[in-house]
Amino acid sequence: MPHLLSLVLFLPLAGLLAVLAIPTTQWRAIRLTANFFSLLTFLASLLIPAFFHIGVPGFQMVERASWIPTIGAQYLIGIDGISLLLVLLSTLISALAMWCSWNNASERGKLYYAMLLMLETGVLGVFLSLDLFLFYLFWDVVLIPMYFIIGIYGGPRRSYAAIKFFVYTLLGSVFMLLGFLALYFQYAKQFGVYTFDLTKLIQVTLDPAIEKWIFFALFLGFAVKVPMFPFHTWLPDAHVEAPTAGSVLLASLLLKMGTYGFIRFSLPLLPRASMEPWIVNLMVTLSLIAIIYGALVCLTQRDWKKLIAYSSVSHLGFCTLGIFALNQSGLSGSVIQQVNHGISTALLFLLVGFIYERRHSREISDFGGLAQVMPAFATVFAIAVFSSAGLPLLNGFIGDFTILSGAFAVNRIWAGVGVIGLILGAAYLLWLYQRTMMGPLKYEANRFLSDLSIRERLIVFPLVILAFAIGIYPRPLFEAVSSPVQEIVERLNSVRF
Amino acid sequence: MAPFSYNATDHLALLPPILMALFACAIMLLDVLSPSAESSRRGTVFFSLLGMTFVAYSLALQIRAVTHAPGFAIPAFQGSLIIDALSLFTNGLVWFSTVILLLCAYRYLEIAHEHRSEFYALAFFAECGMYFMAGAVDLIALFVGLETSALAFYILVGFTRANRQSNEAALKYLLLGAMASGFVAYGFSVLYGISGSTQLSEVSKAVVRRGSADPFVILAVVTIAVGLLFKIAGVPFHTWAPDAYDGAPTPVTAHIAVASKVAGFAVLIRLLLGSLASARPIWAPILAVTAVASLTVGSIAALTQDRLKRFFAYSSIAHAGYILLGFLADSDDGRRGILIYVFIYALMNLGAFAFLISLRRPGSAADRHTPGDLIGDLRGLSKRHPLQAALFVVLLLSLSGLPPTAGFLAKYFIFIALINTGHITLAVIAAAYVAVSLYFYFRLVREMYLLEPRPAEQHTVEPLASSLGIRLALGTTAGLTLLIGLYPEPLLRLAFLVTGGVP
Repeated sequence: MPHLLSLVLFLPLAGLLAVLAIPTTQWRAIRLTANFFSLLTFLASLLIPAFFHIGVPGFQMVERASWIPTIGAQYLIGIDGISLLLVLLSTLISALAMWCSWNNASERGKLYYAMLLMLETGVLGVFLSLDLFLFYLFWDVVLIPMYFIIGIYGGPRRSYAAIKFFVYTLLGSVFMLLGFLALYFQYAKQFGVYTFDLTKLIQVTLDPAIEKWIFFALFLGFAVKVPMFPFHTWLPDAHVEAPTAGSVLLASLLLKMGTYGFIRFSLPLLPRASMEPWIVNLMVTLSLIAIIYGALVCLTQRDWKKLIAYSSVSHLGFCTLGIFALNQSGLSGSVIQQVNHGISTALLFLLVGFIYERRHSREISDFGGLAQVMPAFATVFAIAVFSSAGLPLLNGFIGDFTILSGAFAVNRIWAGVGVIGLILGAAYLLWLYQRTMMGPLKYEANRFLSDLSIRERLIVFPLVILAFAIGIYPRPLFEAVSSPVQEIVERLNSVRF
Repeated sequence: MAPFSYNATDHLALLPPILMALFACAIMLLDVLSPSAESSRRGTVFFSLLGMTFVAYSLALQIRAVTHAPGFAIPAFQGSLIIDALSLFTNGLVWFSTVILLLCAYRYLEIAHEHRSEFYALAFFAECGMYFMAGAVDLIALFVGLETSALAFYILVGFTRANRQSNEAALKYLLLGAMASGFVAYGFSVLYGISGSTQLSEVSKAVVRRGSADPFVILAVVTIAVGLLFKIAGVPFHTWAPDAYDGAPTPVTAHIAVASKVAGFAVLIRLLLGSLASARPIWAPILAVTAVASLTVGSIAALTQDRLKRFFAYSSIAHAGYILLGFLADSDDGRRGILIYVFIYALMNLGAFAFLISLRRPGSAADRHTPGDLIGDLRGLSKRHPLQAALFVVLLLSLSGLPPTAGFLAKYFIFIALINTGHITLAVIAAAYVAVSLYFYFRLVREMYLLEPRPAEQHTVEPLASSLGIRLALGTTAGLTLLIGLYPEPLLRLAFLVTGGVP
């Protein structure tokens, strides 16, 4: 199928236009249209693996069109094993997030669904772009709908959280843009052609000092997004204030844009800087701090949603640790863990959202013994918690284990600290489970909470299945990422002195 | 001195300002002759638009002539006027701004009970002055152009006679503007002194001959730079701008913010990048300081404003800072960056002001302020007027420089120019202020979308003072902002064409 990627990329945008065309008062039609288009996008994206050849090096299904020839920017998209996984994750999570807001839709639903659809196109564009200019465009486009989703439909401090998220990430991304431009000029200086084509820019040889500057410019953009310690302060605000769908999309997809940026751009384009010992040490140290610090903060949280938000800091720390282990095992583990985190954290945020809709509280101390009244909820929550904590047979274990084995191969201390992080992770997650689900029913108010509805069960079902499927049989994921990761590792090794 | 002659080329060069002046006079005559009823004033709007059509035609004739001319430039009047890419680019934008002014002003003036024909005549006179700012290559013609447009603007700013603020603004603008003109006139006289000619080509030779260490050259360049920086409201010569912007009738504010600034930048380009290019060591530091100071003061002051027009005054000071950065990059990229920025700046500001004009509603006399003056007046607008609010958001995104809007490209080309010429520090500063500008522009979005309307306002749902003209202006500018952001190729080609032709 010739333009499958473009189809997947622009289907949500078509949905956005369709939603805008419907009058505001017809909110049921708007809701239906939005859900239809996101489902259609997901189904279309399922066709991608059918045309994708695993193990073939380089990008596949590449589409190239002239866009702004005067500056050398093209419409250039393509996919490899890494982006394939993230694209599939994005379409799935977007469709589920769209669906989970079914009952909250109302007169103000038009803008809400329009923004969700715009966000989906933005995220997919980030994962598909092979042109730096196009990438930057999508990167920033993602911020706009998220501002409105948090700012209009969020919690009490939504206004503050929304602008903090927006300004913080934009500040990072303008420096990333400067880094891209520096790269663009360095290439033009050597080859006499101005281009933003990633596959061409990779050929440039940079002066080591310039390469380090560019690395840090890109680092600012990606690190804020991940977020790496100490750039994480926007995250708890944004996640806690966002409505459920917003939190799910933020945690599952938007954070991956940062880690994806490191893998797709920083490592292949700037291999020498990425392998510079002090830079690697700095990156790993920041990752380890994030792992431990995030976990410790989680232990002290009294707010259910905030705890899950901070757990992302810790888990994304594993992902960046895997990236800067700079070997096959670390990088593949990192990509797979990004998918896993997308699944498990989406589950956790969805479940918190379900509880909040019923009880209008997120204080952990308001709950206890919920397993008695909501057995299905408790079961799914247990799966989510175990998946997030990295229990064997569930998806989280696969990623954590691969990352740690990659880190162990480089430095035993890194792996050691990582293991401590894992233990702390299990501690705060299981403790959360114990305080909310186990024990006697503490409050009368919780006695009549209804269990998961059919719709809610259907929403969590695919994620639960995936958590088990990846945990039991992760081979397809490893096969998908092995070839692109190998290319990156070879690229790094080729410049090793 | 050659004997006076008037040939076809001279006529072509003079046709647009002749039309402008004739229409201005005709408007005033018609006003005297016709009974002064409301209906006839609406008629004036159509008559003015007819005039603008003629002007557009005359400019189109010039464009056609220039494309066949050697070097894409047609000198006229023994080398005191020129038709070239820069003059046409500037005149096109000034024309566009004037049309938007005509489209948006009548509703506003009716509400203020000041809908009089002189307004339209003055708009034509101002455009006439700006035509000479854009096309003059002679010190005297240039100065006359500067003053003609300035005089028209002084009156326009004070056009709402009953409004004290408007009067105060006019006086401030007049006093500080006169001082700026004094600086420019002084600088011009020194240039005449060292070159013995008023023609820019001769001046240029004299400046090259004397070098940039010559005290007279320094004196002339510094005074001219200061005077022109007053015109475009660069910090620290910006103090008139917030008051004049705030006090002037909003359509006039838009015209000052756009047309006057566009013409001012055309003069800056013509002088600093043209005939005074060899004096770069003198003016570059002045511009660098002004640019960074404008970015800083504009951005920080905009954070704390409560009044919409003061807010936009400071924000456009910050934009001037970005444009000035383009002058520091001594390359084609820099010149291109300036032009692209100026074009996009004009577009998005006109849209934003068209929106502000529609906010004006008749206020009771007891009110300390008229509705539509405060940022708080935007509250809850997304619920009452979703389409207008959404278009305004597009413009605000563009003003803060986010893709996929045109404003991003404007900043992008400034960054490109700075990085390519090694001004990394300036590029980093400029980039950091993008985030600040996002913060202050999104204060307006926050009012419109995030905050709940005050209880008192939920009942009095007043419609916007919208008119067909305003809707047209807002729709066109916001649409173009988005379109250029997604497909900028035609604009970029235009910019490449224009930068080929700056003398």
